[in-house]
Amino acid sequence: MSSISNWLTSSIGKKFIMALTGLLLILFLVVHLINNLFLFIGPDLFNENVARLDAIKPLIRVVEVILAILFIYHAYNALTLWWNNKKANPDKYAVNGSKENSTLYSRWMVITGTIILIFLFVHLSTLWATYNFGMEGSEEFYDVIRNLFSNPLWALFYFVIMILLGFHMNHAFQSAFQTMGWNHKKYFPLVQKTGTAIAVIFTIGFGSIPIYFFLLSLGGKG
Amino acid sequence: MIKLESKVPEGNLAEKWTNHKFSMKLVNPSNKRKFEIIIVGSGLAGASAAATLGELGYKVKVFTYHDSSRRAHSIAAQGGINAAKNYQNDGDSVHRLFYDTIKGGDFRGREANTWRLAEVSNNIIDQCVAQGVPFAREYGGTLANRSFGGAQVSRTFYARGETGQQLLLGAYSSLNRQVKLGNVTLFPRREMLDLVVVDGQAKGIITRNLLSGEMERHMGQAVILASGGYSNVFFLSTNAMNSNSTAAWRAHKRGAAFANPCYTQIHPTCLPAHGDYQSKLVLMSESLRNDGRIWVSKKAGDMRAAKDIPEEERDYYLERKYPAFGNLVPRDVASRNAKYVCDEGRGVKGTRAVYLDFADAFKRVGKNAIQEKYGNLFDMYQNITGKNPYEVPMRIYPAPHYTMGGLWVDYHLMSNIPGLFVLGEANFSDHGANRLGASALMQGLADGYFIIPYTLGNYLTTEKPEKVDTDRSEFKEAEENVKESVNKILAVNGNEPVDEIHKRLGHVLIDKVGMSRSAKGLNEAIETIRGLRDEFWSNVKITGKADELNQNLERAGRVADFLELGELMAVDALNRNESCGGHFREEYQTEEGEALRDDENYSYVAAWEYKKAGEWELNKEPLQFEYVKLSTRSYK
Amino acid sequence: MSEQTLNLTLKIWRQETPSAKGYFEEFKVAISPDASILEVLDILNNDLEKEGKRPVAFESDCREGICGTCGIVINGHPHGPIPKQATCQLHMRNFQDGETIYLEPFRAKAFPIIKDLIIDRSAFDKIQQAGAFISFNAGSAPDANEIPIPKEVASLALDAAECIGCGACVATCKNSSAMLFVGAKVSQFALLPQGQPERYQRVQEMVAVMDEAGFGSCTNTYACEAECPKGISVTNIARMNRDYLVSKMTTKS
Repeated sequence: MSSISNWLTSSIGKKFIMALTGLLLILFLVVHLINNLFLFIGPDLFNENVARLDAIKPLIRVVEVILAILFIYHAYNALTLWWNNKKANPDKYAVNGSKENSTLYSRWMVITGTIILIFLFVHLSTLWATYNFGMEGSEEFYDVIRNLFSNPLWALFYFVIMILLGFHMNHAFQSAFQTMGWNHKKYFPLVQKTGTAIAVIFTIGFGSIPIYFFLLSLGGKG
Repeated sequence: MIKLESKVPEGNLAEKWTNHKFSMKLVNPSNKRKFEIIIVGSGLAGASAAATLGELGYKVKVFTYHDSSRRAHSIAAQGGINAAKNYQNDGDSVHRLFYDTIKGGDFRGREANTWRLAEVSNNIIDQCVAQGVPFAREYGGTLANRSFGGAQVSRTFYARGETGQQLLLGAYSSLNRQVKLGNVTLFPRREMLDLVVVDGQAKGIITRNLLSGEMERHMGQAVILASGGYSNVFFLSTNAMNSNSTAAWRAHKRGAAFANPCYTQIHPTCLPAHGDYQSKLVLMSESLRNDGRIWVSKKAGDMRAAKDIPEEERDYYLERKYPAFGNLVPRDVASRNAKYVCDEGRGVKGTRAVYLDFADAFKRVGKNAIQEKYGNLFDMYQNITGKNPYEVPMRIYPAPHYTMGGLWVDYHLMSNIPGLFVLGEANFSDHGANRLGASALMQGLADGYFIIPYTLGNYLTTEKPEKVDTDRSEFKEAEENVKESVNKILAVNGNEPVDEIHKRLGHVLIDKVGMSRSAKGLNEAIETIRGLRDEFWSNVKITGKADELNQNLERAGRVADFLELGELMAVDALNRNESCGGHFREEYQTEEGEALRDDENYSYVAAWEYKKAGEWELNKEPLQFEYVKLSTRSYK
Repeated sequence: MSEQTLNLTLKIWRQETPSAKGYFEEFKVAISPDASILEVLDILNNDLEKEGKRPVAFESDCREGICGTCGIVINGHPHGPIPKQATCQLHMRNFQDGETIYLEPFRAKAFPIIKDLIIDRSAFDKIQQAGAFISFNAGSAPDANEIPIPKEVASLALDAAECIGCGACVATCKNSSAMLFVGAKVSQFALLPQGQPERYQRVQEMVAVMDEAGFGSCTNTYACEAECPKGISVTNIARMNRDYLVSKMTTKS
């Protein structure tokens, strides 16, 4: 086991953990997105779906714990890597040439990641916690969401975060492949395009929800 | 007077080395680790010797002035490495490689050494492939070869235009393995400034730590110099900025004979100097001469652009003078003639450069075909000069490139100081008066991988594996000597930067001890160099202190040695009243302007013994040719 | 060959000793566009020497872009703004008259500054000593043609082996990661049949020393490939990652 543990603490091992947890989290987001898209079909179908998931609550709890571990490990690992990397490069140049040699997405991973982490707590408290502990009697989850996004500030906040999530994904997906050693000149362009596609789909898919409900709330008033 | 014993073994030329390997004595394996060996230089010869001696179990110490042993100038060799593999089935053999090398050297090399070089050439390729050197391959997976430098067989192995880099990194990898195993210790950023001779034998060196300026004493039962050539004596050469002759020269001043210093190779296809600020010359592969035509204007001082000089006013001087070979005459002939036309004031716009014109080749085979063949060279030219060689003809001029002369060694690669061995370009032994293309890498690796491991052992059997006390008076004296010379340089405190003196030395040498030499010019050169030496010691300006990183001081020490070596080159050239290989004396040429050798009087190695600054004694090692018939080359 | 002169302002990093505080010193120079940036420093140093001032310490050797000795960060780019060139190959015609040029040493914790623009890259040697070799002794090699190697494989190995060890990858990396350098060497041997016996041992030992030396880890920004004077591909890093994973899964240590 010492082999495994010193692998996990090595520079490449840490990167591998980032890649693996990251890819699993992407998988989760895909499922999350599919569930969310029911919102567009209407309250009934969405609430039915929520009820279906509610029926298997023990399993959901297990998945939630796994997700929590993945998130925490992903974030913790990222922060230790960031700290070590900062130590490895303490002095900055007077002129920074990074604009010409790398993408903004790749350089902003820690920033977008940190914002997403903060968002996650907000998200859990506004929606997850409300659903699990805060709903009153006959209230449906659809209404909770609709009410939240009828506030333009919440809608805007969620929307902006989803753009940053796209930034993160655009680099993350292909980066995970590179870290895992799957970089073949024949297939890698496809991997990169897939990563961008995922980024766009996530941004539009998740981001359209707050906009949709906000617009809906305007319509309701009018 | 030095006794020069070549120690060439008896017997048939082809069997000398094989038989001799058996007759040489061996060191007891358990004693090997008690012997400490000093190696100065980490290029092909030094790194390969260090790795191999480490494999054998010796304790090896490697000294280099670079920050890493991987940066030695062997790394810049482009073309390739010769070997008599005959993989192409085109008639090559050890015998043919030997003959080409000895003839290419204009019969001024030592027969037995040259044969041995050709003989071990094949092992080198095996060795390098096993190390993981990624040589060029055919589609079937076998090694590719090309014909190089006018050879009639394809015997050159290559890795793109970076053969030297790949071979050096191969040797460096073997060296690294020995470092890990604890057999080799590296001493980077150290410059050897003196040789320590104890009871007539080389037993140590004094180095300056280039970071701290500290003088250090190092002992060993043998000292191996693999410190490269001295082309930088010319200031502008294709050598790296730091390449210098100091290690060899300091050994020379301790008694090691310096052989054939006038044998220098000047490469015809280099980029011309373009301003007095230029720091070095860049070589372009001479394969360019296969398709380019060399010309200058018929008029002196013609300031017209190339395109404005009509065909009938152009002088394709190589084609005119050597109709059979044209632009493909050997390096020395091409270089010499470029000098002549520029001396006549017919160089490009009055400068020291000639045109290398591809216009006809573009017409004949098209720009694309030329681009495919020489694209990288054209790009390199454009990057450096800012001119597009597809539109205007290239300008080229010869540049010092390699020095065949060096410290005298016997068949065992040992100098006349017992225990001091000299490998690679630093010795004089294998190339005679001129070196074939793709043979420098071969010699460096042959010496390091396959010769010194045998001959060093033979020497060490006569030595006791005991530590040499570095508190001995010889070490103290050598250290004091070095400190004194450093302080002397710093004390001058004159007005002239060291580079300016070096530049002036270079100008004299390239003009009078370069491609073409005459008694009058050489005498003038000696006078001028002596004057420069006096000027150096009375007017050089060195900033900084001795006990710190001081690049200015490093350069000054090297230039001080060049100022002595430069004079010896002229003295040697003046002594050699004949023309041979890279040494061309204007007084000794045929009616057609060809080099005229004097086999009767000059078939010897001129080994110079240092007496005092500006004074040497000539020792001669006669060259005996038992197996080859001396012939005269002709390129008409 | 051009007649005009460029007037430039150089801001050069000066630092007397490894522990001293560094600062930028400004110099005004007028030079030919045909000079290289290192020749500009030569001229500047000659002038400084004449005035008895301390010349700018910088390293260079071959001045043909192959030895890897030179390395200056020029306006934020190791080896300057032109791709696939070493510092010594950068000519002043790539700059505009009146421009200000910042010259800084390669910066990374694993590459301590020695003096002005000179840095200590010995960490690279230590990594190579850990395993960048094939273990066999001179004299024991089989005939060179006994191991056929497909042309494409030899060519890929050479692409990796072309690394000049300058450290630009580390210098430009926001994490000061050495993975392009290490990946290139690991790849050269991993691709060739001769390198197979020690393939997995090698990658473990080299990576361990790389981590100890204080380099950061790769976050796949690929700035290294963009700035590498030899254009070494980041696929070499992927190959190293893969080999490292396999080695940890399959070997004991």
